[in-house]
Amino acid sequence: MEKLPVGRSRVIYPSEPLNGLKDPDGEITQALLNPIDEDPLPTLLTPGMKLTIAFDDISLPLPPMQRPDVRQRIIEAVLDLAAEAGVDDVHIVAALALHRRMTESELRHAVGDRVYEAFAPHGLLYNLDAEDPDEMVILGETDHGDTVQMQRRAAESDLVVYVNINLVSMDGGWKSTATGLSGYAGVRSHHNPETMKKSTSFMDQENSELHKSNWRQGDIIKSQGPRIFQIETTVNTNMFGYDGPLAMLQKREWEWSMKDRASFSAMQAGLKRMTAPQRRKAFHSWKAPYELTSVQAGEVEAVHKKTTEMVYKQHLVPVAGQTDVVTMGLPYLSPYNVNSIMNPILVAVQGLGYFFNLYRGKPVVRKGGVLIMSHPTPWEFHPVHHPSYIDFFEQVLADTTDPVVMAHKYEKQFAEDEWYRHLYRTSNAYHGVHPFYMWYWCSHALEHLGGVIVVGGDNRAVRRLGFKPASTLNDALEMAEDVVGPKPTVTHLHNPPILMADVT
Amino acid sequence: MRWLRFIVDPPATPKGVDKRVPTPRTGVHYDTEWATGSAGKLVRRATVWGFMKPAIRIYGSPRVVGADRLTDVKGPVIFAANHHSHADTSLLLATIPAHLRRDLAPLGGADYFFKSRLSGALSALFIGAIPIERTKLSKLSIKNAERAIKRGDNLLIFPEGGRSPDGWSRKHRPGAAFVAKRANIAVIPTYLDGTGRILPKGKNWPKRSRCAVVFGQPIKPGVDEDARSFAERIEVRINELADEFGSGWWEARKRAHAGETPDLSGPDAGAWRRRWALGPAPGQKRRSPAAKRWPDL
Repeated sequence: MEKLPVGRSRVIYPSEPLNGLKDPDGEITQALLNPIDEDPLPTLLTPGMKLTIAFDDISLPLPPMQRPDVRQRIIEAVLDLAAEAGVDDVHIVAALALHRRMTESELRHAVGDRVYEAFAPHGLLYNLDAEDPDEMVILGETDHGDTVQMQRRAAESDLVVYVNINLVSMDGGWKSTATGLSGYAGVRSHHNPETMKKSTSFMDQENSELHKSNWRQGDIIKSQGPRIFQIETTVNTNMFGYDGPLAMLQKREWEWSMKDRASFSAMQAGLKRMTAPQRRKAFHSWKAPYELTSVQAGEVEAVHKKTTEMVYKQHLVPVAGQTDVVTMGLPYLSPYNVNSIMNPILVAVQGLGYFFNLYRGKPVVRKGGVLIMSHPTPWEFHPVHHPSYIDFFEQVLADTTDPVVMAHKYEKQFAEDEWYRHLYRTSNAYHGVHPFYMWYWCSHALEHLGGVIVVGGDNRAVRRLGFKPASTLNDALEMAEDVVGPKPTVTHLHNPPILMADVT
Repeated sequence: MRWLRFIVDPPATPKGVDKRVPTPRTGVHYDTEWATGSAGKLVRRATVWGFMKPAIRIYGSPRVVGADRLTDVKGPVIFAANHHSHADTSLLLATIPAHLRRDLAPLGGADYFFKSRLSGALSALFIGAIPIERTKLSKLSIKNAERAIKRGDNLLIFPEGGRSPDGWSRKHRPGAAFVAKRANIAVIPTYLDGTGRILPKGKNWPKRSRCAVVFGQPIKPGVDEDARSFAERIEVRINELADEFGSGWWEARKRAHAGETPDLSGPDAGAWRRRWALGPAPGQKRRSPAAKRWPDL
């Protein structure tokens, strides 16, 4: 627990979780039978057709949800209709683009044992391999020069059904297929410093260059690619349950009961006595009791419009005016360290990439302001999941923290490294270029902010990131005054759960 | 000794007066209400954790499939399963997810489990059984079931009305469907595999063999659907679950939609052919026709 300066501080809390759908399976069936701007799914399924079902990978949702995962519910419903129509040629693919391959247990968790056991042993359920030269095709190029790449099987299918989970407003839409089923050639069109700097923010689709690029790629997919039947879902912010052992984490502190305070103290005392791997194991074993709040299917853009409305309904919190200093505690989890280690680069992207960009209108912190985040930031990497991150941290960040400079000097070398390519294709490693994208994700924040301070982090690791380390929040606030002047206004973004600041 | 005879001999009923028949207290008339309180539940919980779960783990190493389909299910519901063995009830009590198991009441044959007051008391106390007549759809059986549903209990019914005599399933009776229709609650079709090898009908001691339970999606009777056709639908669902267990979910769904799901009731043939169609028991080898018993001399 920390104290903020009296009289000039405010805490922004997320909204209450929306009510979940009472009959999720029934709503899924309804969505498939009554899609938006698209024919009902049963009419699109015919014997002898090629059907590809693609789904979001391990990076969504966070934390992973309790069984049955919403992807399992949807894929089973789609397959049931396909079985009824007599469709035999079905492939199910984890649309992970340049993310790491999912393990068997992760795939089983996402699609369920029934689907896994029916398809995986025959090689019909698999992770996308975006580095297989024979299995990726270029569909075309947009008038802005964005290359559109897609997995060959999906591109040659009569129908691609995409199963999405929209955790934040950045997800979904054409980003699902244009990015998820693409490889380096397609992704680099928008995962670059220039695009990210122009995305203010990438959580706000109207002002996101990242989305504009994906939507341009979507136009090419519409004209040159397969027919897409998009299924999007939203979940509420019930990450830790209403009455479980971690329920207090999604409550406002002043609402904590005696039981909550006791649980928190016990958890804190327990965590102090645990080693880092034990802490990680304990946290990563948590499965969120998310409830489905909406499901919509049909034409990509029409569906995504409705999905975004639901995401905003859950996440948007009105915030009056900007602040000099924004503070935040970072969670144990980011999209890229599920069942893994949150290394320093992922700490940076969680604070400066995701949380900083969770705004609409203008950033919570003013131009030239300071961002203070709390995280242990250990100099530690998962050697299987993040091999290229290790070299990026040692070699690239030691040379420069400027996204533009590193893009020109180092990106190609990492992206085309044969060893990283091999690990991506055969092990469970993120693609060689992935740490660059993480750093580009921070571009807008790095350009906007006057300084970044990490409280409680490993000093060496924090300095390597180009940030300043502080031992306590009070020290950090004092250090921030050197940048923004005396007695700054302070805003604390409370998480979890997720919130999106609607700054006016 | 007249005074003793006075005490022992019942008085004679006057002529012209109907003899009063005492209300039977066994069979379907057995009142199980006394065992439904918290003390009874505690005993059953101890029985499940202390006896049934370890026993079924030792003898059956059960595989549980489809429990995720019950995550959103809220009681009261009816579990309708195929029936091979007395081990079926133990298997289900040990594997049904906790939120539905806490208030689970198996319907037991009144002529078997409630034959005497002692067996009735043991069945009611240790497994929470409720008496039901197997041969007919009696008012009292329905009343017993409905009283349990009103209490919030989930029912466990074996719609075949008894254990399989030959390893194949029997035609379902409409009892489970009738109760579900009247109470407007969902039925969870459940397929049990392998329990017939652990404790088949006619045996008193179990032997070790692997078993499995497959839970299906809850189904509710349609507005215009009568109990008989709903019972047929439940039977079809259980057949589909058996197919899913045997050949995988996707193949089973394709066969289900094509109307080609194998029937659990087996071939319509003589007893030996039905037994033959079951295949060899685990551990037994059926000699291939080409194999010779004696060497050529």
